[in-house]
Amino acid sequence: MNEMNDVEKSTTEGCCKKNRRAWFDWLSWFVLGAASLIMSLPVIGFLIGGVIWKKKDQWVPLGKVSQFKPGTTEMVTVKNPVRGPWDGITGELALYVRHLPEGEEKEFQIFSLHCTHLGCPVSWFDEPGLFMCPCHGSVFYADGGYAAGPAPRGLFEMKYKIQGDQLVALVGHYPTLQSPGSANVQATET
Amino acid sequence: MHVLKGIKNVLMWFEHRLVLRETFWPIVRHPVPRSLRRKVGWMYVLGSTAMTLLFLQVATGIALSMVYVPSAGEAYESLNYLNFQVPLGWLLRAIHNWSATMMLIVVVLHMTQVFLAGAYKYPRELTWMLGVVLFFCTVGMAFTGQVLRWDADSYWGLGVGAAMIGRIPYIGPALVDLMMGGPMVGGETLSRFFALHVYIIPGILFAALGAHLYLVVRKGISEPPEVGNEVDPETYEEEYEKLIADGEGDPFFPGPMARDAFFIGFTLLFVLAIAVVFGPDGPGLSPDPANVAVEPVPDWYFLSLFAVLALSPRSLETYIILIGPIIVVGVLFMLPIFAGRGERHPFRRPVAVLSVVFIFLALSVLTWLGVTEPWSPHMNAWTGDAVPVNIVKRLSPTEMQGAVVLQLKACRNCHALDGIGGKRGPDLTHVGSRLDRPALVRQVVQGGGNMPAYGKQLTGAQITALVDFLHACRPENRPPAVVPTPGDGVEGPGKLSRAGP
Repeated sequence: MNEMNDVEKSTTEGCCKKNRRAWFDWLSWFVLGAASLIMSLPVIGFLIGGVIWKKKDQWVPLGKVSQFKPGTTEMVTVKNPVRGPWDGITGELALYVRHLPEGEEKEFQIFSLHCTHLGCPVSWFDEPGLFMCPCHGSVFYADGGYAAGPAPRGLFEMKYKIQGDQLVALVGHYPTLQSPGSANVQATET
Repeated sequence: MHVLKGIKNVLMWFEHRLVLRETFWPIVRHPVPRSLRRKVGWMYVLGSTAMTLLFLQVATGIALSMVYVPSAGEAYESLNYLNFQVPLGWLLRAIHNWSATMMLIVVVLHMTQVFLAGAYKYPRELTWMLGVVLFFCTVGMAFTGQVLRWDADSYWGLGVGAAMIGRIPYIGPALVDLMMGGPMVGGETLSRFFALHVYIIPGILFAALGAHLYLVVRKGISEPPEVGNEVDPETYEEEYEKLIADGEGDPFFPGPMARDAFFIGFTLLFVLAIAVVFGPDGPGLSPDPANVAVEPVPDWYFLSLFAVLALSPRSLETYIILIGPIIVVGVLFMLPIFAGRGERHPFRRPVAVLSVVFIFLALSVLTWLGVTEPWSPHMNAWTGDAVPVNIVKRLSPTEMQGAVVLQLKACRNCHALDGIGGKRGPDLTHVGSRLDRPALVRQVVQGGGNMPAYGKQLTGAQITALVDFLHACRPENRPPAVVPTPGDGVEGPGKLSRAGP
């Protein structure tokens, strides 16, 4: 037992060597910790990348202005500008285009078809001039305003402009209460 | 004899290296209280049944993943391919679906049984908490599995989920993007939910299950509760040791375990039978964002939630969506901390029993409401449901014009005649005996009481015709309604001489 091996000797010899070894131990753990932290950055970045580097809404032509008759509302389907290459049918984007009767201050209104309650697709009924939601029965007027049901506000509206003979709208993202349509118009509430 | 000896030698070779007899034999032979020999022992089969169904889910899930394509453009096709082209693909999908349904039921029954028997009390609090984790993992598997079906219901279900998350203050929109894997529901959303369903949640599930089982074996199966036998942390373990001491307890294998084996076998056959009879679930309509002729409905286990979302008051809804889940999770999770000792027998725990009765009643009623959806307009009623002949045959020409207006303006989507049509608004069959002409005009023009105002959509002539029709909607020989107008001296429906305009 009085024979000591080299390792034990070196640790018990003098304070400085002992401290140096302890320091190296701590350094080793620190290197591992820091490396793990740095290595996790790209993984976390990848996972939340879609939130940080967002795909932005884009201007998309919805059709010739002349194809929308004044005083009518109709659905148009376009390719969603923020779709992925293999989104298939879910890469489509449907919108309601309302061409206001002549004499109104605006010419068009572009609505998302997602109900503002919980996102179900509203149907347009031409005769009564109402949008109705099949899920929980919210109803909206032709101008997108809230009419009845559990929805907290009117329909989400998109920005539009007329480029040449084309009606172009700023669309893409799925609208929710805190991230509404690009027009960001708080439709009339009752 | 040589062969047998040879086999034995091989087995011993492995045993010498694996030491299974020492590690696993005591586990399968862990002692359980002898009182489990009584009929009450049948109450203890639910946990192992849920676990077996989980293994069945893993097996069928792996098999399905060999064909299923988790791509937004092709998932729907691949499910139809599984249903109609792959040999036994329909059956595998059916088993996976019905076994999931059964697993959810068994997990809930298991939790209820453990709660009613007070088995979550000292020293098994952590076992319960891990069980709560397992329950939410099971629900998470159910929701993500429904998403992978990638039909219209699952597509719009994701939209509903996103709309709910989007209500969380400040970080809502970011969480929506995180959940959808981008700004819209599409390919990355499906891949994300595939990863959740196949890797992430099962990972958590199996980790929690391992810990849950470890605790079940370490802390022992709770003895059937007896009236008046209170749990006291000071003495409980000592008393439990006596129950399972040598000669007192039974080894779990083979005796008590046989009951599990029988029940599990029965459950598996039952799952197979309903899978064969009812077949796979969907896919329904394709996930077409432009197809608004859908009536998205969640799978049955979320119907109660669906009903809550339809019925909660508008002003409270966001709070219910955001705070409700925190309360539910918190109460379930913290239960053993607040009620970890004292009586275990349900006869001495009226609050516990009543809570279970109340929760099951509430869930049943809400689920039933979710099935019938009285709040949803019937989107095709305006063209699909005619005005009943017995009403039409007594109408004047103007009133008939009013009936046409009623149909064209889609009133029937929310209002029934003779019980046919939407249930959102009141049935109009006898509305003429409830509202007089001014009240009818006001209701039609101004709306209110959860009805849109139709003033802008109707001409004067249409309103007259419609109100004439509604006025005529009353049983034969019953006078029209008299609604007193303030200040005209009419006291109530008693003075019929003033009836009618």
